Amino acid sequence: MFYREAGDYKKTYAEDNQTFPLKLDRYGYYVILAVAFGIVPLVINDYWASAVLIPFLIWSIAALGLNILVGYCGQLSLGTGGFMAVGAYSSYKLMTSFPDLNIFFIVLISGVITAAVGVVFGLPSLRIKGFYLAVATLAAQFFLVWLFNKVEWFYNYSASGQISAPTRTVAGFEVTGATASPEAKYLFCLVLAVLLAWFARNLTRGRIGRSWMAIRDMDIAAEIIGVNPLKTKLMAFAVSSFLIGVSGSLFFAVYLGAVEVGEAFGIQKSFLVLFMIIIGGLGSILGSFIGAAFLVLMPVLLKNIMVGQLGFPIDIAAHFELLIIGFLIMLTLVLEPHGIAQLWRVTKQKLRLWPFPH
Amino acid sequence: MSDAETYVTADGRTIGPPIMEMRDITLKFGGVTAISNISFDIREGEIRAIIGPNGAGKSSMLNVINGFYHPQEGEIWFRGKKRKPMKPYQIAQQGIARTFQNIALFKGMSTLDNIMTGRFTHMKTNIFWQALWKGPAEREEVENREIVEKVIDFLEIQAIRKTPVGALPYGLQKRVELGRALAAQPKLLLLDEPMAGMNVEEKEDMSRFILDVNDEFGTTIALIEHDMGVVMDISDRVVVLDYGKKIGDGTPDEVINNQDVIDAYLGVSHD
Ligand SMILES: Nc1ncnc2c1ncn2[C@@H]1O[C@H](COP(=O)(O)OP(=O)(O)O)[C@@H](O)[C@H]1O
Ligand SMILES: [Mg+2]
Repeated sequence: MFYREAGDYKKTYAEDNQTFPLKLDRYGYYVILAVAFGIVPLVINDYWASAVLIPFLIWSIAALGLNILVGYCGQLSLGTGGFMAVGAYSSYKLMTSFPDLNIFFIVLISGVITAAVGVVFGLPSLRIKGFYLAVATLAAQFFLVWLFNKVEWFYNYSASGQISAPTRTVAGFEVTGATASPEAKYLFCLVLAVLLAWFARNLTRGRIGRSWMAIRDMDIAAEIIGVNPLKTKLMAFAVSSFLIGVSGSLFFAVYLGAVEVGEAFGIQKSFLVLFMIIIGGLGSILGSFIGAAFLVLMPVLLKNIMVGQLGFPIDIAAHFELLIIGFLIMLTLVLEPHGIAQLWRVTKQKLRLWPFPH
Repeated sequence: MSDAETYVTADGRTIGPPIMEMRDITLKFGGVTAISNISFDIREGEIRAIIGPNGAGKSSMLNVINGFYHPQEGEIWFRGKKRKPMKPYQIAQQGIARTFQNIALFKGMSTLDNIMTGRFTHMKTNIFWQALWKGPAEREEVENREIVEKVIDFLEIQAIRKTPVGALPYGLQKRVELGRALAAQPKLLLLDEPMAGMNVEEKEDMSRFILDVNDEFGTTIALIEHDMGVVMDISDRVVVLDYGKKIGDGTPDEVINNQDVIDAYLGVSHD
């Protein structure tokens, strides 16, 4: 009865174009933000921060990045893990070379460096499409992991081959290093995730976002209305890689603290993020968050049930987990190829018409 | 030179000097000569029809004009200047828009977004302003939205503004594609069979839109069309192609009485 547009008239084109056209949606969004910033930090503990909330935020940023490239611009990539590694190793080199540089800038500069690397690996996209582009980005994935393993300069010649994050603070609060508190780490990631999601939303609703979608939907028609395909695709690679670089940087510096490249940024991570956006919804900002939540929460939930409640051995439970997640991915693909975000949209559409479906 | 003169049509429109000139264009695909040594011009403000049987080279000619195909021989003159080889998106920036024979809409986008995309060459705010949205990006979006809303009103498609174009019937899709081209406010509008597959009523609507665009905005239009009735009704001059050669060029009356054209249309055998 209440969830509808009646009485919620749009008087200007700017209003018609806002992110949450319905008042109820808008308030729901404010409530979520208020809880995330105001309440969660008060009740957060180590387990929730490291098992659920921080990984959720970091993977959301990665999913956002990949979704811009795949969902909005239609360029398939399997290089996400490699690009996250670029973000992580950039951060490490910056942190150890410039100890006074604020971690906030380190994370952003790492994103910029990853964007530059992404543009280089995006160059083939002018010539090759779809499956072949995926193979080219797969090559990027393996090359980057190999590079960070092979060239000792990247890990400052440490004997273990690992990189580890020194302690850094924001406004006096430690956000990296062994003694950083869960709420500081969480808030740092939250600020970045919210900010970047807002940027991504803005980019995708205007001129640049439409040019990405035009290339995705029909590249020759995009060209005849003046869209330069190479520039547009490279811009998608740059923005996408920036976000993925930021997430890699956070994954290393804030979340794991110490990293070995093959283990942390292997090909499984590329697939993980791809599954997130497929399940959550291609070409949807909300879908990126839903997909990340789904693939972060589901394993935690399954593990608690199988190991905690049913008493399965851990390795058997891990196999079951893969099986169940695989099944759920197939289920989403068959039932709603546009992901959970679309399911949500359809439900809202029905709600708007309820109780008179026609 | 009489070509350069301006004249006024019977219905009071002013036709200027040539805006686009194709000079001795030859286009080959391997062994196939799709266009063989063809010259013709399109004058400012006119509706120029290109007709001919299937495979005559009409679509190829449009593809040469907007840069998808590069002819082996010949020159293209646009607005008094010889054109260097250019990419399609650069040609779009010069003010040439088109629609396709097979609908080429952006299937994942709404009618509104499709037509907004047509404004691309007129929108300039950079990626940083776009990311912030508030300020120049939003202002530019609203300004361009106002122009797009005029196009939507003009084409009478207000009701399908927010509909994904994939869900629209064929005739409306053609109309949205015209809207996307119109939104660019082109100097030259190329239409490849805008009425193919339409019923009589839809054809009448489309003819009216084409005439109104030409009349109200002074847009120069080149269109490919098979329906001779429509061609006779709306075009100022007609060029006739057959097997990659030009066999007629003139007013609709001249062309329809041309023996070569009659032969081609009655299917007199070629040897
Ligand atoms: N990309 C292409 N590659 C090879 N041959 C082509 C290509 N485009 C057009 N042709 C050939 O050029 C000729 C003219 O085609 P087209 O311009 O589409 O004709 P029309 O639009 O008049 O029906 C046909 O013989 C067609 O097979
Ligand atoms: Mg054709």
